[in-house]
Amino acid sequence: MAVLSVTPEGIYCEAGGFHIDPWRPVDRALITHGHADHARPGHRRYLCTGPAAPVIRHRLGQIDLDTMRYGEERRIDGATVSFHPAGHVPGSAQIRVAVSGEVWVVSGDYKLEPDGLCEPFEPVQADTFITECTFGLPVFTWTPQAEVAQDINRWWADTVAAGRTPILGAYSLGKAQRILTMLDAAIGPILTHGAIENTNEVLRAQGIALPATIRVTPDTDPKRHPGAVVLAPPSALGSAWANRFGATSTAFASGWMRLRGVRRRRAADRGFVISDHADWPGLNAAIRETGAERVLVTHGYTAQFRRWLETQGYDAQEVETEFEGESLETAEPDSAA
Amino acid sequence: MNRFAKLFAALDQTTKTNAKVTALAGYFRDAPDDDKLWTIALLSGRRPRRTVTTTSLREWAAEAARIPLWLFEECYPIVGDLAETIALILPPATRTSDRSLTHWITEIRALAARDEPARKAAILDAWDQLGSTERFLFNKLITGGFRIGVSQKLMTRALAQATGHDEAALAHRLMGDWTPDRTSFHALVEADDPAAELSRPYPFYLAYQLDTAPEDLGPVTDWLAEHKWDGIRGQLVLRGGQHFVWSRGEDLMTDRFPELAAAVDFVPPGTVIDGEILAWKDASPLSFSALQKRIGRKTVPKKLLAEAPVILKAYDLLEWQGEDLRATPLAARRTLLENLIEGLPNTAPIRLSPALDAANWRHLAQARAKSRALGAEGLMLKRKDSAYQIGRKKGDWWKWKVDPLSVDAVMIYAQQGHGRRANLFTDFTFAVWDAGNLVPFTKAYSGLTDAEFRQITQWVRKNTIDRYGPVRAVTPTYVFEIHFEGIQASPRHKSGIALRFPRIARWRHDKPIQEANTLQDLREILASYG
Repeated sequence: MAVLSVTPEGIYCEAGGFHIDPWRPVDRALITHGHADHARPGHRRYLCTGPAAPVIRHRLGQIDLDTMRYGEERRIDGATVSFHPAGHVPGSAQIRVAVSGEVWVVSGDYKLEPDGLCEPFEPVQADTFITECTFGLPVFTWTPQAEVAQDINRWWADTVAAGRTPILGAYSLGKAQRILTMLDAAIGPILTHGAIENTNEVLRAQGIALPATIRVTPDTDPKRHPGAVVLAPPSALGSAWANRFGATSTAFASGWMRLRGVRRRRAADRGFVISDHADWPGLNAAIRETGAERVLVTHGYTAQFRRWLETQGYDAQEVETEFEGESLETAEPDSAA
Repeated sequence: MNRFAKLFAALDQTTKTNAKVTALAGYFRDAPDDDKLWTIALLSGRRPRRTVTTTSLREWAAEAARIPLWLFEECYPIVGDLAETIALILPPATRTSDRSLTHWITEIRALAARDEPARKAAILDAWDQLGSTERFLFNKLITGGFRIGVSQKLMTRALAQATGHDEAALAHRLMGDWTPDRTSFHALVEADDPAAELSRPYPFYLAYQLDTAPEDLGPVTDWLAEHKWDGIRGQLVLRGGQHFVWSRGEDLMTDRFPELAAAVDFVPPGTVIDGEILAWKDASPLSFSALQKRIGRKTVPKKLLAEAPVILKAYDLLEWQGEDLRATPLAARRTLLENLIEGLPNTAPIRLSPALDAANWRHLAQARAKSRALGAEGLMLKRKDSAYQIGRKKGDWWKWKVDPLSVDAVMIYAQQGHGRRANLFTDFTFAVWDAGNLVPFTKAYSGLTDAEFRQITQWVRKNTIDRYGPVRAVTPTYVFEIHFEGIQASPRHKSGIALRFPRIARWRHDKPIQEANTLQDLREILASYG
């Protein structure tokens, strides 16, 4: 019997009677992290890491939520589970499930490069590894964060010097805070959209250090914050909300910005290639380090990535899930972020 | 190439025209003359001849990236551009260099004379010393197609800013048969060169599709109306005892249409005529497909010359007795043209595109409605006092085309687009009913909004029933209204017909697939208009 299988509700552990990141309401859900496609409402009981809990509570409201420390083991019926850092967003985890000595690891979303914000990715030995592959093609390789930070800060300074307001679009959980830590506060103040600032408050309250930010409210007068950069969710770019800033230069931060076609379709002035998902070398390194012989691939370029893994000697299979990763659709204009 | 890469990045990073012109003008002030010349050439569609096949490039890139070729091929449709796919997939360069744009173009062209192993070594060596943008541009120089959101007009404006020359004069200078090998930046942009001037056409004036009721244009007597002929727009330049035939895309077509050489016998030097090249027999045009056979041929076999002889249907006179008439009102130019053609014998390969008499707009609407039967696409409306302007300008010249032909068809295959639309399903194959089966008969790309493309893309992902390489077969579900300009019999196609300029007019959410048209309906359209 397989340790984990995919049911209509989600990834299921029969021995432990629980699901991992289920997409339909279940009795007991183990949650890798707080993004909406992984932490959904309607489950009876939730279990996640301590640092992931505040955001999940903030998003889902009154839920029955229990937490574990990274590396702590817990017995759930016939299974032993533990959470291990995934490096994706603060509190994010890979979930290890052991049943009768056989170990499966569900990656959730992950990246290998330490970003200075979340707990760095730790490889976990596994017999079977269920991995995302959002960017599972060799055209996706990321430049080091420090280099992207330089580009962003230079764009900020140049835009201000040209008399415009720079507005940078980034997801409100994870990407936005990561960018906050990359910004050079010596250039000017940092204004934030409410959706991002709400997440900032949750993360600050749990002790995560973020630079000073100013929440944009209906009363905010941009002229009183000369030289500022504005951080907003992608959907706010080009919306009525952005009109208050007058002449702007818009930018978007996403792994998809690696592709010129997507960058141009976004009609933003700049695209910064920065993702909280593993790039091609990262995916390959992570899989290698698990020591797994069997790899199940979900959300992303699954068909291509599976075939590639087979050429590398893995027993690889595709599994259909309802996770979206950093979906291309959300990198497109006019769609929900 | 760093300077050129910086220019490219600046152009690519903005959607604002002024910012693009500023970036280009800055480049034209600072770059070395050779590079400036090549930049003008590239941005006006004059690219070096391809010296390496894309098949080889793919293989070498996959090998350098240590990935199997099939994986490279999977990446290509997702990136949407071959040069970019290669640039993204290669491992980081181990060296740096800052050779000029001209240096790299020279290197690429020199590959023509070398064998395949030498080509491979040279390409791998180049990749290994270029940064990512430089690599992309280097690959673009090889594969061609420099579409970077800069029109020739915009480039000319920037060049005018940088050099202080008049923009219209520059636009004229940049026309014609020059290549960077046979001229210099100085000769092209700065110096007087009578030899180059001999063949040089004028920038074409282009019309917009009429977007209002014709009555809104004012009194019909202010307008010259004529048929809109369905051929190839061309300029016949007669100077110094020679003749030159230019296409709108600035291709020199003189040798393709030898019939027009006879013009030298009848028309004095110092004459430039604007008109439509048509395959013509007796008193009426042959179908566009007859002309199409001529277009692809640099030299024309006798049989084809007899089957599909061409003439120039003349509608404007741009130069007469060596004098540039473009500022002269159209009515006066037209009188000169009519006088000129009236004096020609029947055997001359030039005919007048007749003006249509009309007492009111209703008469013209009737003429327009009948134009398809005459082999025309509708009418052209030109203000009688208009000058001959440069490029596409609104106001004085309008296309008033006949309504397109139309058919309702079922989408059965979808494929991802390229470039700006990579990652969206934008290329569709449509089918009509034939004895209970759906028979594919055309592809169509344009016509939907970006929002509709995104909607259909999500739908295609969920409703794929089969894959053939990049093509996905989808569950027949949606009906689209397809518009087209012409139809012809085609034994090469399964349906037996081929459409001209097919495009998607509308997504017919209201129609079930059973109500789509049939192959018989198409055959009837073919019988009427083919």
